[in-house]
Amino acid sequence: MNFVAVRMLTGDRAKYLGLIFAIAFSSFLIAQQVSIFSGLLNRMRSQILDVTDGDVWVMDPATQYVDEVYALRDDALYRVRGVPGIRWAVPLFKGQPVARALNGRFRAAILLGLDDSSLAGAPHKMILGSIESLRDPDAVIIDLAGFHFLFPGLPPRLGDVLEMNDRRARIVGISDASAPFTSFPVIYTRYSLAVNYVGRQRTQMSFVLAKAQPGTPPALLAKRIQEATGLRGVTGDEFGWMTIGYYMRHTGIPVNFGLTVAIGLIVGTVVAGQTFYIFTIENLKQFGALKAIGVTNARIVAMILLQALLVGVMGYSIGMGMTAFFFAITTHQEATRGIVLLWQVMAASGGIVLFIVSVASLMSIRRVLKLEPAIVFRG
Amino acid sequence: MEHAVRARGISKWFGEREARIQALRRLDLDIGMGELAMLVGPSGCGKTTLISVVAGLLDASEGDLEVLGEQPVRMATRQRILFRRRNLGFVFQQFNLLPALTAAENVAVPLFVSGWKRKTAVEKAADLLAELGMADRVHALPSQLSGGQQQRVAMARALVHDPRLVVCDEPTSALDAQAGHKVMELLAEIAVRPDRAVIVVTHDNRVLDFADTIAHMEDGRITHVEPGAGMARAVAVNQ
Repeated sequence: MNFVAVRMLTGDRAKYLGLIFAIAFSSFLIAQQVSIFSGLLNRMRSQILDVTDGDVWVMDPATQYVDEVYALRDDALYRVRGVPGIRWAVPLFKGQPVARALNGRFRAAILLGLDDSSLAGAPHKMILGSIESLRDPDAVIIDLAGFHFLFPGLPPRLGDVLEMNDRRARIVGISDASAPFTSFPVIYTRYSLAVNYVGRQRTQMSFVLAKAQPGTPPALLAKRIQEATGLRGVTGDEFGWMTIGYYMRHTGIPVNFGLTVAIGLIVGTVVAGQTFYIFTIENLKQFGALKAIGVTNARIVAMILLQALLVGVMGYSIGMGMTAFFFAITTHQEATRGIVLLWQVMAASGGIVLFIVSVASLMSIRRVLKLEPAIVFRG
Repeated sequence: MEHAVRARGISKWFGEREARIQALRRLDLDIGMGELAMLVGPSGCGKTTLISVVAGLLDASEGDLEVLGEQPVRMATRQRILFRRRNLGFVFQQFNLLPALTAAENVAVPLFVSGWKRKTAVEKAADLLAELGMADRVHALPSQLSGGQQQRVAMARALVHDPRLVVCDEPTSALDAQAGHKVMELLAEIAVRPDRAVIVVTHDNRVLDFADTIAHMEDGRITHVEPGAGMARAVAVNQ
């Protein structure tokens, strides 16, 4: 009887396509919005993710997220180094100077100052140049998107000069940094240079980046640092989630995306549910005839579920195809780079589609189960 | 004579309290095997309710009913469905063909329900349609068939699984006189057999001559039963 169910469904072309469109649109909207949301969440912690050398970030106890830091006193570094289980600890500067190119274009930038000797925290994905070049005088590494903004129309190249806080900075490398939330250029340099690229303050050190000795779990080390120094020590992963949590709590981003996802869910459920229900109502006599002929209720439920599943699979596949196509285009754009369709989002969208078709079919199943086969004798 | 249907004191009510309506009033009915019985009477007299009860689609509110020697009311729901699936064939007034299936597939539905393989079932259905003069229409959709052709498909669907009781609800009402007569001739040719009973509900006086027995109904009662001309049996014998 499965083929009968499929033919009943596909026989009414308009409703069949309407159902598929509703589910495709709904799953596209949900997957696309959730993917962008996930991409933005990742951008919020992009600088933390890109620093892979250290295990523990040490910061002022009141720090809430990566983009707002209160500088540490210089002795913080030595206090951290004295904690048992530390392999090494280095300073990390994070500031936001305005970088200006000689062509006159300027932009606020995220400046990361790395330990002069170890260069711990340097980018690992280089497009041009090498990390070691940071040891040159006035050397900076800039991310590709930042380069394109400050030098529009030029192919990536080394040697161009920037000016920050009236000081010269020469580009010795171009990195492929993860896109930051604010879409500012990301500039790396040595700590000793970085502090001069922003207005000089009494204290400068944004973070201490610490590496645990082999056998010491980073979480344990973070706890020890906290106990020994009174500073806040968190693993990179924890710091990332702290930052995401801050933005989630203090911005309207989750509400906006949540609303769009809810609209996708509601529109999908209502349109698919209503169309599926109308489809069933219009076929009541046929279902009645099948019941009279001797089709059991269980078999009819299976037929309806098969129809719903088929519509769900078709709509979901088209929706995911549309989403993948969307991201295939946008992921190559600088502004939207790094925002991709994650398998987790696909799986969640699949679950939501399953929910939509289940709700849609439940109403129909209820109607058909209550149907008396004697209806077929009523003209 | 073996009874296909034996009903005693059958009553049926719909609704409750003030809205309660009695559709059947303690009626008795006997239909023998090999017989073509017609139920006639004005609209609302209870014909449709009676065949629904006989076919096991509705339960009688009271009375005893025996169909093909069994008492469906005593069966569990699933048993009753299987009994109907095996032993009953239906021809509906509005045909109720599945619009997305071809003529042969529509005819094969009772076989699909019984678990036949699709190919074998459709082949058997196509053979039956060929017997009904529709060999060239087996792949047509219901929307591509005339009313008479749709009724023939519906009849083939009712008979393809070789049921012992065929219930027809106004099989000629949607057809003109000539097509209606032809449908009854076909019904007589292929449905009437010594080991099968056929019940036809009709308004159509032009087809009464085909009946062996005519039960007249009024206000939920069978007012009288009279022998018919038995033309169907004559047609069947001549085949």
